[in-house]
Amino acid sequence: MADFEPKIVAFVCNWCTYAGADLTGTSRIKYATNVRIIRFPCTGRIDYMLLLKAFDEGADGIIVSGCHPNDCHYTSGNFHARRRWIMFRELCDFVGIDINRVLFSWVSAAEGSKWADVVNTTVTRIRELGPYTEYQKVAKHPIREVTNG
Amino acid sequence: MDELRKRAKELLESKTISVVIGYEEGTCNRTRALFVEKPEEASKLIFDSRCVLNLATYITKQEVKAKGKMAIAATIPVMRSIIQLAYEFQVSDKNLLVLGITPESNLMEFKDLLEVETYIHKFEIEINASYREKLDKLAGMTQTERWKFWIDELSPCFKCYACRAACPMCYCHRCTVDFNQPQWIPVPSHELGNLEWHIMRAVHLMGRCIDCDGCANACPLGIPINLLNKRLLEDAKRHFGGYQPVLKGDHLMSTFKPDDKENFIR
Repeated sequence: MADFEPKIVAFVCNWCTYAGADLTGTSRIKYATNVRIIRFPCTGRIDYMLLLKAFDEGADGIIVSGCHPNDCHYTSGNFHARRRWIMFRELCDFVGIDINRVLFSWVSAAEGSKWADVVNTTVTRIRELGPYTEYQKVAKHPIREVTNG
Repeated sequence: MDELRKRAKELLESKTISVVIGYEEGTCNRTRALFVEKPEEASKLIFDSRCVLNLATYITKQEVKAKGKMAIAATIPVMRSIIQLAYEFQVSDKNLLVLGITPESNLMEFKDLLEVETYIHKFEIEINASYREKLDKLAGMTQTERWKFWIDELSPCFKCYACRAACPMCYCHRCTVDFNQPQWIPVPSHELGNLEWHIMRAVHLMGRCIDCDGCANACPLGIPINLLNKRLLEDAKRHFGGYQPVLKGDHLMSTFKPDDKENFIR
């Protein structure tokens, strides 16, 4: 698996982590290029189904990141999200989804270097775990290929 | 349950109630729901240990609501469902009278839902020993073993949605699985769609499921889908001190505490 390049999907909030990732770029910090960033208004808006869909579509790892507690632009979105993640993570673990492939973090708009670190650690971890064939094997199905056109 | 029959008859004769929801003898030694509208039909009502169907499923249905004020024969799980439905503004004292059935099979009439709430809070929602054993067994497996277990269990599911129909909390007029723009859950009976459907169902019932086992009883294939709900019930207990349905106040998933504890966020 020497040539395996992990596909990472990052669901980030507009106000903190997206700005933080922007700062990583403007500070010219180099980090792994395996990440596809998807911007959301708030972590409270990130639906658990989107995480599952990312795995369906072939993601090997997922990052979910937003404002630190008490820093939410909408006052409490990240608190609600935190509760949901605690429960959702338990459920994923229970049905046998590899929760080591999902990384949750708080990255503020001032933490450009933390973002680089989060991405780099995730990429290293996923590289060790290898492609998520377990899920992809289930997701790839002739009927589904037809319905998806 | 002579008491129940007598009371149902009285209520219908006095016209304070238009329909009494209870159980009647069905086919193959099973019981089914009965909607009594005429006092003379009240004699058909029965209650015994076979009556496990959650009757609260019917009180949100337009066809039943349209008949007028309802009375419902309610065991403890049914009462819990009623309180949760009242919290979600689906029923109220105006259209519902609860004819409670205690664990000793005695009739206990409640003046209003507040009394029902006080009564059910005397009983903790508890997972019985056989289910606990199954949960522990699954928790002891490795992640790959669990994945295999669930893929195997869920693969025969053909999405008949009997679990949804049996659940009093699944009252949405249009369920997320019925949407096709976007199509969240693949329609064909296939492992991925089945897995996603059951995950979605469990998440939507998070903090609302009162553990009546209606879904698993309704499943024609006997898939233990209620294990997902039970596990979430356990997790809610571990992380947030558990929950009981309440008429007013905070709901497990629509509230938060600034000091909610987790150990996985970097």
